[in-house]
Amino acid sequence: MKKLGILINGILKENPVLVLILGTCPTLAISTQASNAIGMGLAATAVLVCSNIAISALRKVIPDNVRIPCYIVLIAGFVTIVQMLVRAYAPALDESLGIYLPLIVVNCIILGRAEMFANKNTVWDSTLDGIGMGLGFTLALFVMAAIREIFGSGTFYGHPIPVLIDNHISIMTLAPGGFFVYGCMIAAVNKFSKGKAIKKKEFGCMGCPSAAACGKLSDASCGKEREV
Amino acid sequence: MEALIHPDFKGLVVILMSAVFVNNYVLQKFLGICSFLGVSKKLDQATGMSLAVIFVMMLSTAVTWPIQYYLLNPNGLGYMQTIVFILVIAALVQLVEIVLKKYIPSLHSAMGIYLPLITTNCAVLAVTILNVDKSYGFLASMVNSLGSGLGYFVAMVMFAGVRSRMEGGETPESFQGLPILLVAAAIVSVSFFGFAGVIENLFS
Repeated sequence: MKKLGILINGILKENPVLVLILGTCPTLAISTQASNAIGMGLAATAVLVCSNIAISALRKVIPDNVRIPCYIVLIAGFVTIVQMLVRAYAPALDESLGIYLPLIVVNCIILGRAEMFANKNTVWDSTLDGIGMGLGFTLALFVMAAIREIFGSGTFYGHPIPVLIDNHISIMTLAPGGFFVYGCMIAAVNKFSKGKAIKKKEFGCMGCPSAAACGKLSDASCGKEREV
Repeated sequence: MEALIHPDFKGLVVILMSAVFVNNYVLQKFLGICSFLGVSKKLDQATGMSLAVIFVMMLSTAVTWPIQYYLLNPNGLGYMQTIVFILVIAALVQLVEIVLKKYIPSLHSAMGIYLPLITTNCAVLAVTILNVDKSYGFLASMVNSLGSGLGYFVAMVMFAGVRSRMEGGETPESFQGLPILLVAAAIVSVSFFGFAGVIENLFS
């Protein structure tokens, strides 16, 4: 039962995009079409599961001081593998994801889960956490992309929708629509959870997954951000 | 070595201007959103962070471009790009921080606190990869990096201004904090549409 809890946790209670507010860049950029969102979500999930497994398996081997560089190398390795697979088997997806595919390396979700979960838990738990978080990311991305695609281009997964196809609001698929829809979705989560869900009210050093590693936590410099 | 783009002066100006205004990294390409939303609270922090980003972008381009064309490509290691670039950037940022701390402490105290944040800033990795993707020559790559950094700077400063105006306003409860920031960012990014089409026709 506890295992199921870990899996569900990532999808709902700690959804990386809508609750933990991690990985904002790909979320905003890729969510113009539902098909892209699924592709991006699955690619990130694959990397996340692999890196969670590898990091939790190696958690007793990797020295604490150099753990962040080690994680980055592991993650970059998996990203390269995924990149090559996508390029070979789904060239159309590679085309539409473009620069955001290699940028999975610096996606905060992956480094964040490595730091928050995988380096403290067993391989099996970390695998489940990776799957849950990855699915949560995919789901949130898909919902957001569906909203933007339906209203922005009047289609859903490439299929035209009767009335909306003639009355689409093109700005929804452009950059401002991304910010706007994302803002509204977080506000909706806030509303339905009565403000309890969103853990990160503000962006700042504390919310950064590499906060522990950056060594500025004890400095006054970080506190400047923190007191907001 | 494949054909690289070596534009003339006019071409360089177009690359610079379109990186700053049309393809703005933050507001049109959604790169570096975390730091954009996190550090834009006060104008001085926004400026410090942006200057650090410009510096790191140009420095990492200056290092990664030769690595790509003189080390990786001739040896058929192009697929190592992602791993090598992120490591080079991380190492460079550390190096710069150490050098600044030792030799220019005043600059370190102004800019140093933003440096660790930059390693995981996707805008820096993106600019180095995009320069290779678009097969820009060295000079064009440097100009593109400068433009991207300046674009980040413009977006940060503008948004810091918008945020300072927003503080006094009353927001609905569920929109407080992050959601209203994102809505404000949407409106700021609309303003950049005004530049579309201007740059391409600058010299024609």
